[in-house]
Amino acid sequence: MADVKNYTINFGPQHPAAHGVLRLVLELDGEVVVRADPHIGLLHRGTEKLAETRTWLQTLPYMDRLDYTSMIPSEHAYCLAVERLLGVEVPLRAQYIRVMMDEVTRIKNHLLNIGTHALDIGAMTMVLYTFREREDLFDVLEAITGIRMHGAYYRPGGVYRDLPDQMPKYQENRFKNAQTVKELNEARNGGLLDFLEDFTNRFPVYLDEYHTLLTDNRIWKQRTVGIGVVSPERALQLGFSGAMLRGSGVEWDLRKKQPYEVYDRLDFDIPVGVNGDTYDRYLVRMEEMAQANRIVKQCIDWLRKNPGPVITDDHKVAPPRREKMKGSMEELIHHFKLFSEGMHVPPGEAYVAIEHPKGEMGVWAVSDGANKPYRIKLHTAGIPHLAATDEMCRGHMLADATAVIGTIDLVLGDVDR
Amino acid sequence: MSAKLDRLVRQLKDSFGDRIGEPVVALGEVTVAIPAESYLDAMRRLRDDPALRFEQLMDLSGIDYSEFTGYQGKRFAAVSQLLSLTHNWRLRVKVFAPDDDFPVVASVTEIWNSANWYEREAFDLFGIHFEGHVDLRRILTDYGFVGHPFRKDFPISGYVEMRYDPEQKRVIYQPVTIEPREVTPRIVREENYAKGSGRG
Repeated sequence: MADVKNYTINFGPQHPAAHGVLRLVLELDGEVVVRADPHIGLLHRGTEKLAETRTWLQTLPYMDRLDYTSMIPSEHAYCLAVERLLGVEVPLRAQYIRVMMDEVTRIKNHLLNIGTHALDIGAMTMVLYTFREREDLFDVLEAITGIRMHGAYYRPGGVYRDLPDQMPKYQENRFKNAQTVKELNEARNGGLLDFLEDFTNRFPVYLDEYHTLLTDNRIWKQRTVGIGVVSPERALQLGFSGAMLRGSGVEWDLRKKQPYEVYDRLDFDIPVGVNGDTYDRYLVRMEEMAQANRIVKQCIDWLRKNPGPVITDDHKVAPPRREKMKGSMEELIHHFKLFSEGMHVPPGEAYVAIEHPKGEMGVWAVSDGANKPYRIKLHTAGIPHLAATDEMCRGHMLADATAVIGTIDLVLGDVDR
Repeated sequence: MSAKLDRLVRQLKDSFGDRIGEPVVALGEVTVAIPAESYLDAMRRLRDDPALRFEQLMDLSGIDYSEFTGYQGKRFAAVSQLLSLTHNWRLRVKVFAPDDDFPVVASVTEIWNSANWYEREAFDLFGIHFEGHVDLRRILTDYGFVGHPFRKDFPISGYVEMRYDPEQKRVIYQPVTIEPREVTPRIVREENYAKGSGRG
């Protein structure tokens, strides 16, 4: 037999299936992957170093930019860490809003993941459907914060402002006539909660559509069943979390096991996979969307019935209300000090982890009592998952490398920080 | 929750005695410092001892304590966040590198494979060497990068910048042309400044 050498190719950094700027050096024996060496850091912005030169509040918007497909939960982890150091109480309504927005983002994240994963391995249609629903969820964030993606909505001590009573509406123009606009605005006549409730009622139907498209699809199964299998023992060794860990059959979800905010008051289930392959992880994510939808519904009910403050009244942490500031010298000073010098966080350190849509998102914040963090370490779920690509790809065909990258729900902003 | 933390602290003392530092409980978290010489053994024990059973290393990162207010001690530490699924508890382990000029600590990649990239990152950003790591390459910084950017004496704007040079028709590196500026100075106030006094 002829002596055939192994062949090395670069997958990325500009490959549509590399989900950003991942450079994957693949060593191939024929079409079989012998070794996969991910080179990361092409999107490294030094968020942690930047945080050391910014005040605690100025650091917050950087969190959105980490995982730019599910922005809000990263802020959540950061706020929880700062709150733990400060010992600040968060109003209950703010906690419900946070949980609701986290779950909305979870749906958004999984929609992107499943859509693009299917796109990567040949099912072009999926992404068109999932992006249709994502658009509604972007509208939710836009209505609340004014920005579609990088909301900077959570603040240490609560959330920036209460949910709006009105949804922005479509207007007639030369592309949309009165009839179309009326149909588009049907769900937008009430407040944000009405819009979101309408979405949660529609969403199970959409989810069924996705199931029809993919779950029993023969090609989808051929491309995902038995691909990238990770045993539970290996998943623990490799530091997996989130859907990747649950797909391998380990029942572990921080929302249940170490509940934060109001998750212990809500009713939801944790889906767990059996075989630890790409298909199981897909099923876990699909079911997580259904469960997230349930949580959002419960939050909407609670938020309707319980008005109240959404941010702490400790003005060393959160700014005073505008009208109070205009009338009181002390509040004016608080406001000025808070936005010029920033809040002071007592010396100490805290590691807070939340169940981010991609897995465990942890923030280790170290303070020496200054108005700026001494060190922030961001543990994002993507790192251990991407680090395991080598193990998951080994022995598979080249085309399966794409399936593996899709299943780990990769976002390079999250990995590179 | 606190009863559980007490149990963890007691268990740590039972298992290790004085071979590890005193476990510190603060803000509902347990931190323990382990001397560099017994680090590897202690970490293995933390994973394998059924009464502790830290199956997962969630995170490992470096830290440079050189500018920490009021701090005197070793400069570099590798800090790991351990998680036990069996007992549902977390532990933060600190190991200080004995030598400030050439920080070296043992690698835990054999115990938890997830440490691989975290240690590469701590090496890249802080210059902490992990003895026993088989593939200690840079991970986040550019190919051919010089220095360890997360050290406190490394300027935020760095030393080199890159641009496209139309004459040479390629991307070149040159010394930085921007001055670092500080908009908000770093201030440490008196104790308890933040606590509760701001209620309006």
